[in-house]
Amino acid sequence: MPTFTPPPLPSDDKRWKIVNGTMRKSGFARHALIETLHTVQSSFGYLDDDAIRFVARSLRVPLSQAYGVVTFYHYFSLKPPGKHTVTVCAGTACYIKGADKLVAAAEQRLGIVPGQTTKDGNISLMTARCVGACSRAPVVLCDGNVAGEATTEQVLAQLERWAVE
Amino acid sequence: MTIEELEQIAESVRLENAKFDYEVNVCMDLACASQGADKLREALVQAAAASGKSILVRKTGCMGPCSAGPLVKVDEDDTLYSHVKAENAEAIVSSLGGTPVPELQCELNEHFDKQVRVVLENAGHIDPEKIDDYISRDGYKALMIALIEMTPNGVIHRITESGLRGRGGGGYPTGLKWSTVAKAGGDLKYVVCNGDEGDPGAFMDRSVMEGDPHRVIEGMAIAAYAVGASKGFIYVRAEYPVAVARLTTALREARRRGLLGNNIGGTTFNFDVEIRLGAGAFVCGEETALIASIEGRRGTPKPRPPYPAVSGLWGKPTLINNVETYANIAPIVRNGGKWFADMGSERSKGTKVFALTGKIANTGLVEVPMGIKLREIIEVIGGGVPDGHTFKAVQTGGPSGGCIPADMLDIGVSYDALLKVGSIMGSGGMIVMDDTSCMVNVAKFFIEFCMTESCGKCIPCRAGTAQMHSLLTRICEGVGTMDDLELLEDLCSTVKEASLCGLGQTAPNPVLSTLKYFREEYMEHIQHKRCPAGVCKIEAPAEVLA
Repeated sequence: MPTFTPPPLPSDDKRWKIVNGTMRKSGFARHALIETLHTVQSSFGYLDDDAIRFVARSLRVPLSQAYGVVTFYHYFSLKPPGKHTVTVCAGTACYIKGADKLVAAAEQRLGIVPGQTTKDGNISLMTARCVGACSRAPVVLCDGNVAGEATTEQVLAQLERWAVE
Repeated sequence: MTIEELEQIAESVRLENAKFDYEVNVCMDLACASQGADKLREALVQAAAASGKSILVRKTGCMGPCSAGPLVKVDEDDTLYSHVKAENAEAIVSSLGGTPVPELQCELNEHFDKQVRVVLENAGHIDPEKIDDYISRDGYKALMIALIEMTPNGVIHRITESGLRGRGGGGYPTGLKWSTVAKAGGDLKYVVCNGDEGDPGAFMDRSVMEGDPHRVIEGMAIAAYAVGASKGFIYVRAEYPVAVARLTTALREARRRGLLGNNIGGTTFNFDVEIRLGAGAFVCGEETALIASIEGRRGTPKPRPPYPAVSGLWGKPTLINNVETYANIAPIVRNGGKWFADMGSERSKGTKVFALTGKIANTGLVEVPMGIKLREIIEVIGGGVPDGHTFKAVQTGGPSGGCIPADMLDIGVSYDALLKVGSIMGSGGMIVMDDTSCMVNVAKFFIEFCMTESCGKCIPCRAGTAQMHSLLTRICEGVGTMDDLELLEDLCSTVKEASLCGLGQTAPNPVLSTLKYFREEYMEHIQHKRCPAGVCKIEAPAEVLA
């Protein structure tokens, strides 16, 4: 059987070594695709075409299949995130406690809808399926920090702080 | 590692803890952490050092009543303090050895009296990052008993005898599932733990994985021994980074102690576990989709049979159980099947953990014996609906479940009773709604969820949920007609009957149950262009549209 040589790293950016490390750990097995994409996203913040191509070639997965996986799972993003991210939880408990008002307030303030980033690349607005902090609903994550029983005023104040930074 | 060695470790932990005069536990679960439990813990450590008393300040997993957080528990006299702030640390420390601080004491006696803790028995008592804490509370003893004193068939017999049913929602008898995998041929088998708690409004599995990770690993190891597997996977949502970190630590510690790896307990049993991350797809809670995801593919379900018990991960026999199911295994092996079967109701044995949320006074995690009346959970344990509002419905089972109205609260919680009233047990989300919730809008919320989460493989689910969503949107906007309602009911049965997997088959449940119990709200929207709860924005004048 011909031996397989993984493709060279796309650049000398050190983060590719981390990505390569994840793949090496599984012996470049195809089933490491999702794990590897997670590593790319946590290292680079999102998945761009070069990264998907590199991972697909390294794991000998057809590019279409790799792209199919990326677009299937909500967690993966094809666009770079803003400098800051505000995520409103849209789980059932948060919905019952009025999370839609928080989303509407943020939408109005930022002029974008969930999934988008402000034109200056400063703030991304996201919604989450459920972060599991339902007992403190409604929940907002500001750059990953969980704030429970969030109010519109708090969210707007945080957006204001980020805007003037 | 033998039973004697385990007991030695437990003894040394007890001796180590005995050096301290007091043990103060701080809940560090997400809800308490988001209310400043971190600072509180530091303040307690500082206050302890300054007081000159010898105090062990321990960080623990979820203690239960999140709405009373941050929570602190003093082990010596079992005092629970609620709403504790960093500035209260000194008062708590100086009260040790005397009378507890009255103004901080948690007044939730009834909340706890009705609960029975099996899965959550260690919650609030152990540091989840220390394997020795777990061992000191009989941890891994069940694994050793199974490996050394029992045959694989004996273990399966004990689980069957306990009457344990799958806690992921379906309620399939666990013993039966195990024996199917055990009987399947081939020497390579897998055990998988489903930690893809995608049901919005539920966080029991997160709390168990974060607060007592070894319990899950021990359950998996016992299962692996029983069915003849040597490799396990825990599939966890990527949205739960703390759970991933805790499980990673726990696996490393278990390997270090020889409780995972080769020749566990000096026997020929080999077993190890890998963690796999989900990536935000609700459908991956369905077992064939979960398998596809572990294999690195899109999480689309496959028709069954063949069931994973016969042909699962990479075509090998695979046992898939939920986090809470595995968390029940060790106590059953330790205490016997009968002990477990003595709890609960006729066909639903043991206890169930629920995440009590929504419009209810005491939100948080509760563990109750099966068969308990819904009314007791909501009115006594949950403390009822706050702020002078009235109870309207309780939703169980997430997007696959239904809404149960006030006049049905006297049913006992069991798989069959919940199914009978048009809901399901589900994984354990229990969301309380009051008069400010519009049930048509609630139905729309769940259908929107199922529509976006549909994997798109089969048409009834992909197109059906989208059409149901547009009909519900019309009704919510006040432009729905009676024909729309009829079409909606028709679609419900099509999607239910014709969908490939559980997601589609159960997606109509929230619509069907609200139509059954809250039909008048639909009629108000359609005939009077009015939303009784004032949630839906109906702007157009009624006479134009009538």
